[in-house]
Amino acid sequence: MKDLSMHLLDIAENSIKAGAKQVEVELRYADNRLVMTISDNGCGMDEEMVNRITDPYITSRTSRKVGLGLPFLKMNAEQTGGNIMISSEQGRGTTVKAVFLTDHIDCVPPGDLASSLSLLMTGNPEINFVIRLIKDDDAFEVSSNEINEVLEGIPISHPKVGVFVRNMLKEEF
Amino acid sequence: MSKVKNLQDLKKMRDELKGKINLREKSDHPESMVQIKVSMATCGIASGARETMNYMIDELDSQAIDAVVTQTGCMGYCYAEPTIEVTMPGEKPLVFGNVNTKKASEIIEKYIKNGELVDGIIPDSYETIDGK
Repeated sequence: MKDLSMHLLDIAENSIKAGAKQVEVELRYADNRLVMTISDNGCGMDEEMVNRITDPYITSRTSRKVGLGLPFLKMNAEQTGGNIMISSEQGRGTTVKAVFLTDHIDCVPPGDLASSLSLLMTGNPEINFVIRLIKDDDAFEVSSNEINEVLEGIPISHPKVGVFVRNMLKEEF
Repeated sequence: MSKVKNLQDLKKMRDELKGKINLREKSDHPESMVQIKVSMATCGIASGARETMNYMIDELDSQAIDAVVTQTGCMGYCYAEPTIEVTMPGEKPLVFGNVNTKKASEIIEKYIKNGELVDGIIPDSYETIDGK
């Protein structure tokens, strides 16, 4: 993965696969640390799976035998001096937290985070995404439910809405 | 925070859009619109699926084509990523492989607008990705 925005999209995709109805994405910037937290209320995993999940040859999918999303995230976080934490409970959901030290020379660039987040929201109309952006004392939060309320029945996946949401999020980054 | 202003802008856009969709479609059922699903798993993302999806959204928006663009997981065609599934109203879904922005533009111009088939279709016998 070339940048953080790709990781974000990729990890959130796991939540969608886990059948989550709500996915919370939080990006917290403080000094030289970026903490990216993705938590969902999907099917979760048992402890054995949590312990093995960063092994690239472990995956729950059947269409292919490798699962590279979390191993890549772990590699990119650890090469900056950061780490990842995964907690999960079966039937309750999963939380993935990745810490990046953004001033490290090996930290991948942030990439187009606004576009990843907007595609998640508009590309998965049945899931409520809660997006939280915390920069020092400034906080911004928006959710798919809020947007859907305003839209009054127009599908969130309509291209016009997609462009709007992307531009709205771009202003916040 | 600018969220309130943003949501007001969104209301404005909704009102404009409502008039247009109703005029053209006479209903706001997504089934009557072109449906596009972009495969967005690790393999797709690494091959540029996000750029393809962004491009499709921009292009459909600027050409005012009513469509719904959503995401789906890995379809098992990792060798042909980015892949997209296009369902025209009343027709069976078609899956296209290796859809970069150039191919996406071709699919919009030829298949979505004129119903002409373009190269790169991945033949299969399923009804829709979700049912797989």
